[in-house]
Amino acid sequence: MDINATLIGQALGFLVLVWFTWKFIWPPLLGAIEERQKKIADGLAAADRGQKDLEQAKNKASEIVREARDKAVQVVDQAHKRSGELIDEAKHTAVAEGERLVTAARAEVVTEAGRARDGLRREVATLALTGAERLLGREVDSRVHADLLEQLAAEIERA
Amino acid sequence: MAGSSSEYIPHHLTHLTVGEGFWSFHADTLIMTAILGVAFLWMFGAVARKATTGVPGKFQAFVELVVEFVDGQIKEVFHGDRSFLAPLALTIFVLVIFMNTMDLIPIDIPGMLAGTAGAHYWRVLPTADANTTFAMSLTVLLLVIGYSFKAKGVGGYIHELFAAPFGSHPLLWLPNFALNIVELLAKPVSLAMRLFGNMYAGELVFMLIALLGFAWAGALHDGNILGFALGFIGQVLLTAGWGIFHILIILLQAFIFMVLTVVYISMAHEHH
Repeated sequence: MDINATLIGQALGFLVLVWFTWKFIWPPLLGAIEERQKKIADGLAAADRGQKDLEQAKNKASEIVREARDKAVQVVDQAHKRSGELIDEAKHTAVAEGERLVTAARAEVVTEAGRARDGLRREVATLALTGAERLLGREVDSRVHADLLEQLAAEIERA
Repeated sequence: MAGSSSEYIPHHLTHLTVGEGFWSFHADTLIMTAILGVAFLWMFGAVARKATTGVPGKFQAFVELVVEFVDGQIKEVFHGDRSFLAPLALTIFVLVIFMNTMDLIPIDIPGMLAGTAGAHYWRVLPTADANTTFAMSLTVLLLVIGYSFKAKGVGGYIHELFAAPFGSHPLLWLPNFALNIVELLAKPVSLAMRLFGNMYAGELVFMLIALLGFAWAGALHDGNILGFALGFIGQVLLTAGWGIFHILIILLQAFIFMVLTVVYISMAHEHH
């Protein structure tokens, strides 16, 4: 252990090293470390936030799906109801139409029967007149014997 | 190798010295310290210049690991502005590690290299030179005094030197002062001697293990196969074992030097 001027040289060299580290090495290194620490902390916080957001979004989505399902069920119900109504309505319409047709046909039949009866009566009246003319041997003046003819016609009609 | 085993150890304990008496310099110590100091500055400076706040490279991550380790150690002990103390501690820590690590270089290689360059002696381990350890510890002492002045004022600190710890009665001034001087000087002496002693002893053990080389070479010359085998295997195992253990000492001594420096300065920094 011999102490000599090496000590002075070493001390000065050491001071230069300390000074250089103090001025040029420590500040940027620690700065970078601290900034990264902040970044990591921010990143972790952001991840936490993201997790929470995701949770919320999931809840919201499931709520929307549930609502949609309810609505769909409602729509289907309504459609069922509506289709039943439509079928009922159509049935009613059809029944009414059928009744109308039947009534109309019946009226037609009555009308046709009346017309046929008129035709027959006229024919019978003519036949009766012709018969009478033959029996009387002369022409029956339809103007003179209008009353008689009318009476006859009414009697045939009643028959 | 220098002649015989009796010359081997003194040879390896001799510095390459320039000059006479006190005004002489250990060229090997100075040059090794300069190389290691520049290596430290280059290594950490390169990282510091290109330090990104994003994903760090492996080298940057390693440097940051060291920086954060040192910063964390200081944070525990020292409560105040770390902007100077932390770089000081980092410099001490890394520089002492670098210097101590020179001890792991096989002890004959630096001497051989220096020999080819014309130097007869070359001690590669700067911390096994008391000049180095005292240079650092006395610088620390100056910083301790400086921090004391800063914390208590020049007058306050001188007052404390004479008035503490026994009291401010004039009769107690001298005992107070004597005790404080002893306490103050004990710090650099213990710092420097601890590191110097550990590294010097470690180096010496490597030399003693290397002496086995003479033993097995002699045994081989005499045709003693068992002696050769024992000597050879013993040298290999002991060198490896002591080397591995020495890694612990290298880091531990650097750590102790750094932590004690911080402790001394924080003691000076605190108000009484």
